[in-house]
Amino acid sequence: MSDFSGRPAATVRVVEMVVAALIACGGSVVIYDSIRLGSKWAEDGPQAGYFPFYIGLILVVSSAAIFFKALRAGSRATFVTVPQLKLVLSVLVPTAIYTAAIAWLGMYVASTLFIAWFMWVLGRYSVARILPVALGVSVFFFLLFEIWFKVPLPKGPLEAALGLN
Amino acid sequence: MEEISSLMHGFAVALSPMNLVLMFVGVVLGVLIGVLPGLGGANGVAILLPLTFTMAQTPGGTTSAIILLSCIYWGALFGGAITSILFNIPGEPWSVATTFDGYPLAQQGRAGNALAAAFTSSFIGALVAVVLITFLSPFVARFALQFGPPEYFSVYLLTFCAFIGMSKGNPVKTIAAMMLGFALAAVGLDKVTGQLRLTFGHTELLKGFDFLIAVIGLFGIGEILKTLEEGLEFKGTQAKINARVVLETWKELPRYWLTSIRSSAIGCFMGIVPGGATPASFMSYGVAQRMSRQGAHFGSSDKPQIEGVVAPETAAHAAGTSALLPMLTLGVPGSPTAAVLLGGLLIWGLQPGPLLFTEQKDFVWGLIASMYLGNIAGLIVVLTCVPLFAAILRIPFAIIAPVILVICAIGAYTVAGAMFDVYMMVVFGVAGYVFSKLNYPLAPLVLAIVLGDRAEESFRQAMLVSQGDLGIFFSNGLVGTMTVLALGLLVWPFLAGLMARLRGKS
Repeated sequence: MSDFSGRPAATVRVVEMVVAALIACGGSVVIYDSIRLGSKWAEDGPQAGYFPFYIGLILVVSSAAIFFKALRAGSRATFVTVPQLKLVLSVLVPTAIYTAAIAWLGMYVASTLFIAWFMWVLGRYSVARILPVALGVSVFFFLLFEIWFKVPLPKGPLEAALGLN
Repeated sequence: MEEISSLMHGFAVALSPMNLVLMFVGVVLGVLIGVLPGLGGANGVAILLPLTFTMAQTPGGTTSAIILLSCIYWGALFGGAITSILFNIPGEPWSVATTFDGYPLAQQGRAGNALAAAFTSSFIGALVAVVLITFLSPFVARFALQFGPPEYFSVYLLTFCAFIGMSKGNPVKTIAAMMLGFALAAVGLDKVTGQLRLTFGHTELLKGFDFLIAVIGLFGIGEILKTLEEGLEFKGTQAKINARVVLETWKELPRYWLTSIRSSAIGCFMGIVPGGATPASFMSYGVAQRMSRQGAHFGSSDKPQIEGVVAPETAAHAAGTSALLPMLTLGVPGSPTAAVLLGGLLIWGLQPGPLLFTEQKDFVWGLIASMYLGNIAGLIVVLTCVPLFAAILRIPFAIIAPVILVICAIGAYTVAGAMFDVYMMVVFGVAGYVFSKLNYPLAPLVLAIVLGDRAEESFRQAMLVSQGDLGIFFSNGLVGTMTVLALGLLVWPFLAGLMARLRGKS
């Protein structure tokens, strides 16, 4: 299915077990907090933690079933190969940095830089192609949100300097 | 024939010039969203929802807003077929079955025929579902007026159990995904007791998780990451669609009338009972393959069948459309996109449910009339503009992907104006990528976030009425039937699995 043959980074079985374990952890957290809130059946019906308690319990039980099924007879097929994982991370990590940058650079500056970075590193475009696209998209969104629909987006130092706040 | 006169009134509402423009804008945007990777019906509508806030405040604005959003949905339903047939990439999960025969047809140079068949059968599927909505929904709404908390809870129960009973995959994973949704829904303030649940002292968590964020992350970011694995290039065939090809296909289509009827029925059923468009398309494809005389050639690369495009497309569109019936009449959405539309209604200050039909006649019938018109608009747009939309997929991924990610981030931010939501979107994106690769179903997760609080509320209200007696869920014929049906659907996959294993042993 994929052109990216290569060393497998993880098998389906391992990822299946990791995900099931994470879900079980989540379920345990839910159970823990529900017991704190009171998870019993009071006279007038369930307490605040009653439903979450059973939700947590079902989460733990179902993820345990998935975990042990994977342990016993999980598929050894490749979940993701190393080149695929690299490609996914090369988008995911910048995306995470981008979202973090929005808070202090503002939506428009961060988006311009993100698109430019993406085109430069993954697309290997020249500056002459990058600048119009990256700037054009941000200017378009600025007009669309700030002017036309009057939905304010986070703004940073550049907008403050330009007096666009 | 009260429905006919109401519908005519609806047409009068929907046929204003402004609404007609919005209809075409919505359909074009929708097809665009359906064609682009990472943007689909559910998250596309979720991202555009905040832009309708100001629109909905003008008189009659809510009708215009819902027409815009629902037409985006119709457009997305149409758009999924384009990428499936031309690029062998299902733009939407419900068009996976369309690739089986659609792409081989395109490789043989019959892309135009496959596209014309797909669009036409989508249109027919939608039309059947809209007719059903027109005549069935007033009846369901009248019926639902008598619903109390126990009836509502049994409807929710039926919705969730239907997901488990109808899912093709591992029922345990469906349950786990659904429970994750419920757990996320439980976060925040408990309305009944006023206690804080699962917030662990974090103020960002007070309002809980918004399902719109989950939709944008799971379907948007997750989809982009999954598309990346396939590489950065799209390889597609050329589309040539002209009047001659369309007419030629239309001449051929009446031959498959039986498939159309069957697929529409499957689609409508799966849409109303929340099975959703995706299982409907697969089921319809499977049934058509078994019943057709050409069944052996379905999905083959040397003799692909137009009928194999007709069946899934009709069913997917019928299901996608009829999923709005329970959303409008009961306030219980049958699909993630219906849930997003429901979220829109709530934000605009409308309470979906039976009262909508008596108190907001303009809105309801304007919407229903716009479904007829929107699908006609959709058919015209896709038949005339296919080359244009196909050209969009030729824009390199390195340009289109960051722009889509930026759109997702903006969409997540504008839902509530909170940066925390943008961070959560990325987390949901990773979860969506891993979950969809491990075949955890995402639709029940999303619907559980939407309905979790309300299901719990109706359960607790019912408990207050009955003073803690569970017997209230069997106290009359209606609620009893629904509860029993729900429990039956819940145990069905496990019983079926057990029976299959016993038979295998003997």
